[in-house]
Amino acid sequence: MSSVLLSVTNLVKNYGARRAVDGVSFRVLAGQTVGLLGPNGAGKSTIVGMLCGLLVPDGGDIVLGGERVAPGAAAVKRKIGVVPQDLALYDDLSALENLKLFGALYGLRGKLLLERIDKVLGQVNLADRARDKPATFSGGMKRRLNIAAALMHDPQLLILDEPTVGVDPQSRNAIFDTLEALQAQGKALIYTSHYMEEVERLADHIVIIDHGKVLADESPASLHSRLAAQAALRVELAEPAHAALLDGLRSQRGVTSLNTEGAALDIGLAQATDALPVMGWLQQAGCRPLHFATARTSLEDIFLNLTGRTLRD
Amino acid sequence: MTAFFALVRKDLILFLSDRRALVISLALPIVIAAFFGSLFGGSAKTSAIDVALVQQDTSEIGNRIAAGLTSDPNLHVTPLALADADKAVRKGEQKVAIVLPAGFGEAAGAALFGGGRKPEIALLYDPSQPAVLAMVKGMLTQQVMSVVSAEMFGGKMGQAMTERSLRQLDERAKNDPDSRVLRDMLASVQKYQALPAKDGAAAGPSKGLSMPFTTADRQLSSGIAEQGYNAYAHAFAGMGVQFILFMGIDMGIGILLARRSGVWSRLLAAPVSLTQVLLTRAASGAIIAFALLCVVFTVAVFGFGVHIASLPGFIGMALCFGVLTASLGLVIAAFGKTPEAARKIAMFAVLVMVMLGGAWLPSFLFPQWMQTLTMAVPTRWAIDGLDAITWRGMDAMAAVPAMGAQLGFALLFGLLALWKFKRV
Repeated sequence: MSSVLLSVTNLVKNYGARRAVDGVSFRVLAGQTVGLLGPNGAGKSTIVGMLCGLLVPDGGDIVLGGERVAPGAAAVKRKIGVVPQDLALYDDLSALENLKLFGALYGLRGKLLLERIDKVLGQVNLADRARDKPATFSGGMKRRLNIAAALMHDPQLLILDEPTVGVDPQSRNAIFDTLEALQAQGKALIYTSHYMEEVERLADHIVIIDHGKVLADESPASLHSRLAAQAALRVELAEPAHAALLDGLRSQRGVTSLNTEGAALDIGLAQATDALPVMGWLQQAGCRPLHFATARTSLEDIFLNLTGRTLRD
Repeated sequence: MTAFFALVRKDLILFLSDRRALVISLALPIVIAAFFGSLFGGSAKTSAIDVALVQQDTSEIGNRIAAGLTSDPNLHVTPLALADADKAVRKGEQKVAIVLPAGFGEAAGAALFGGGRKPEIALLYDPSQPAVLAMVKGMLTQQVMSVVSAEMFGGKMGQAMTERSLRQLDERAKNDPDSRVLRDMLASVQKYQALPAKDGAAAGPSKGLSMPFTTADRQLSSGIAEQGYNAYAHAFAGMGVQFILFMGIDMGIGILLARRSGVWSRLLAAPVSLTQVLLTRAASGAIIAFALLCVVFTVAVFGFGVHIASLPGFIGMALCFGVLTASLGLVIAAFGKTPEAARKIAMFAVLVMVMLGGAWLPSFLFPQWMQTLTMAVPTRWAIDGLDAITWRGMDAMAAVPAMGAQLGFALLFGLLALWKFKRV
């Protein structure tokens, strides 16, 4: 079993009378990727600020590798790499100069500094652009250089605060490839996002935050099992279904929920394989579906189920 | 120290790669200082006053007065007709026109000895040049007194006039005891006129009245007398201070922009403290300001003949001013809410500070109350200190109060900035 790398216990942060973070606790194991999920204003960035030692908590503890994280704790800061949401680069310095600076901030110099620059530029596939300024880079390349800067001192824990904001799908995939390579090397990651699909792809543990509180702290599989519906069927009829049809549908095996929207039916299913018998019953009941679609329930649905609002609220 | 040097190095590279900043911080102060310096006299020791001379009196006295004025190094005399002189003064092409009326010489001689009616010399002057009028009057008085008295005591015109005056006084002396005394004096003058000229001395003119004193003019504004006053020295000090403070504003705005982006968070997430980050920014700002002032004054010395009386004094002043500039940048960054708003307020504040500090017009031209009041303005100390070790020709010790005051202001600004940063 992996050891605990980061332990966050009952974390509290107030901004005046407003409590932005309210008793948050979670853990990150060595080599684990934790997805910190929540809508804008949920408290994710405040938590990240405290994890990085930028903000002083009003209560609670953050312990990384046995040491407390605090603004003045230089030794523990060396174990953390931060990829801020905004591009934290100097546009007028070359990629090489940017990395030299961020490496030197962690005490790297001389041959070791240059070796680390070569290594991280290779990790983010920017080795051939070392002498170019970020101002000449695409959005995706800047994001990758942003990650490279955080890797310079080879941190044990990499904290990524929404690292794909404003990035095209191709560049996003390039970033995921980089992060998956880091996972393969055993690096622990905390990944904040309000894109469910990103977290589903990367995280092996998910912490859902809303209004500064933890709503869920478990694996994606465990989260899925919480929901009765594992699959969904959407059927569009020629005209709105009558009450008898809806009652009959609810009594079918595998149907866990039923919602109507005009002439459309949203049917929750216990398993994806329940879709076929339900479609057969509808045909027998005289329905002629104009269109139908099946889908697996996503973390988006789980979040909606937990908070009553969508991640992008 | 690795982090400290890396942060300072980063700031220096960023500054040097910003051509706009380089132009504003280096080229503009030099160009504007050159303009202001030349406006206030440049490095010339004296500048002759442009004067038009309308010579309507062609007598011996009139000719000699004209020759005397023309040979005066303080005047640049242009002979003109009355109408042209009038027009030239109205247009501002000539500051003053001297109109020497016909018969002036004879009338002046009569007025000198006999109490005759005094002739009038018209002076036409540009109303924007009242000080020049006073100077021209002084030089004209000297010339007229010298020439007229010389003629009266030794010239033919003077002899004839003495004889005529004696005859008139003989008539009046019968009834007027005072006229008798005057007659005796003129008789002595006649005897003096009759004396033969001394060897090697020209007759006539050498016997004229001359000023009963001479002046020994020594410039005490500069350590080396032959250097003379150089208006460029003050202009380069003023403009250097102004534009380097503009660089200080850019430094502060740079911090605000870094705070807006993720760079500030990344810096503080590293194992360096806020105080260290601020100190490195102050250090790089001070180095840049010091280097800029050195370059500006190098151009001033080699291009415009500005004399630096004390190199240690200059280096000390430049270092202290560098620290002051950096601390100003920190205050702007600490108290500025947004880069845009902070830039506007800071530009206004700096312009007021350099104006009150005497960057545009020397502070000695201010009224006394304003000279006292502006001691509370840091730029006043910066400019006065630079003036002291340049055109005033003083040593480093004379600039120590200015250095101390700047460091005091820098400390105050630095502490204010640190306090504000730590509150956020």
